[in-house]
Amino acid sequence: MVRVLIPSGALGLNYDKVALQRGIDARPDIIAIDGGSTDSGPSYLGRGVSKYARASTKLEWAGLMEARAQADCPLVIGTAGTCGSDSAVEWMLDITREIAGEQGRPLKIAVLRSQQSGDDMAKALAEGQITPLSNAPDISAETLQSCTNIVALAGAEQIAAAIDTGADIIIAGRTTDTAIIAALPLMNGCHAGAAWHGAKIGECGALCATNPQSGVILVDFDDDGFTVTPLADGAHATPHTVSAHMLYENSDPFILYEPGGHLDVTGATYTALDDTAVRVTGSKWVPSDRYTVKLEGARAAGFQTVLIAILRDAHYVANAAKWAADIETKCTAKVCDRLGLSADEFSIELRLMGQSASFGDLEPRDATAIEIGVIGIVTASTDALSMEIGKLLNPYMLHHPLTAEEEQPTFAFLFSPAEMPRGQTYEFVLNHVLTLDDPMQAFALEVLDL
Amino acid sequence: MTQLRELVQKVRSKNAGPFWLTVDIFCGTDEAYQEVQARLKTGRVATAMGANTQDLKRFDIPSLNVIKISLPRPTIQGAVNDRDMHGASWAALIAELDV
Repeated sequence: MVRVLIPSGALGLNYDKVALQRGIDARPDIIAIDGGSTDSGPSYLGRGVSKYARASTKLEWAGLMEARAQADCPLVIGTAGTCGSDSAVEWMLDITREIAGEQGRPLKIAVLRSQQSGDDMAKALAEGQITPLSNAPDISAETLQSCTNIVALAGAEQIAAAIDTGADIIIAGRTTDTAIIAALPLMNGCHAGAAWHGAKIGECGALCATNPQSGVILVDFDDDGFTVTPLADGAHATPHTVSAHMLYENSDPFILYEPGGHLDVTGATYTALDDTAVRVTGSKWVPSDRYTVKLEGARAAGFQTVLIAILRDAHYVANAAKWAADIETKCTAKVCDRLGLSADEFSIELRLMGQSASFGDLEPRDATAIEIGVIGIVTASTDALSMEIGKLLNPYMLHHPLTAEEEQPTFAFLFSPAEMPRGQTYEFVLNHVLTLDDPMQAFALEVLDL
Repeated sequence: MTQLRELVQKVRSKNAGPFWLTVDIFCGTDEAYQEVQARLKTGRVATAMGANTQDLKRFDIPSLNVIKISLPRPTIQGAVNDRDMHGASWAALIAELDV
């Protein structure tokens, strides 16, 4: 049997300390925690930085390093620093060094790097090693070379190699959410379907149970299935909460693709052992012919400046859509005229909060609001240009009349200056997989003694 | 007319990676599940979300009393024209469908 302790769905989201101590007392074989995801958008991968505060990360990681010493087992973090780029791994390593110095214990650290170079990926594309997944954008060598960061998602094989070094702590770049949990059970010959299924159920911590914010859960893997046990007071796993977790952020509730194959839970059976723990059997692992890893890449997508105004005058609230469209047209023409740009070199968009900001033209409801928040979004090729266009937009958002006949209106600005630079923005450009001859081919493993 | 939200426990929408969106309709009871299964037309969901019906993947899951619908994200997550980084609001559009 292999026992995996999962403190929470992500480092930075906090965990229940009492429940964590219960997990340590249960003598886990490994402590595994996820460090990121794409869910907060392309900027983190684009810049190669963490979403969470360094202070939170350090405090929570120090607690887990202490837990590891007490439990005398390895501690692994996957997708370090939100995006798992090399810079994010360095950031995590730096925090780890700092804590190691403070805790005063010698440590062996394995670092698994997942970053890919644009040139290598362009070569792989030319050689037919990169293939698109469903709804992938078209890409070229130039797309790959223009990315500021590309990462490949490591699977269980690469994590296993890191565990095999005998390291106390494994800091991994981008991995699948499940790989850090599935690796040790797979290395010990546990049921492969159970290893991946249990990993998927456990990857968000106690999100598969009641009291989901409590974080800490224990997953026991064996050669027939797995058992999930949430450890916080008031947290209970039931067959319903556990099976329902396969729906979460997953386009297919029965199939999960991983490097080297896919998990099929169509035949899984969920049984309550008591009012807290659930036993799962019958999940299937289906190996694939090719070994592929998913790629994620982000590149720069222009600089933005944002302005906010509030419409409160009933006449303007009632005619806000017309007012906003008129501003977009007139201000775009003015920018072309005064800055000598063509309309495809920048964009100006006004979104009406309280009316159609969520869905635009797809919004079916039509109700009169008390007030409408207007977000003016300028996107252009440089910071200076987006700011200049923001300044051209400013007088419209402050004073634009619905008709030439009416007295000049003034709307509420929240700030001075009204233009707020958002800086460089990024976009996701890859939804592809990379075929590897050897799982370690695209990854680098380094062992450090602290 | 009845809105979907009046029949079910909860509708949730989330990203399934940056390029896909997934909507989970938790019906709560067998009766509600059967009623929603019969009344909710996939084409109506597609139209509401500005998508093509053939691009939607629908899973009717009686063991959970859940209907799940996944579709290519209407805009790529975080693109200049994206309005909802986490795909959180789309659930409201589906919950308010007349069924």
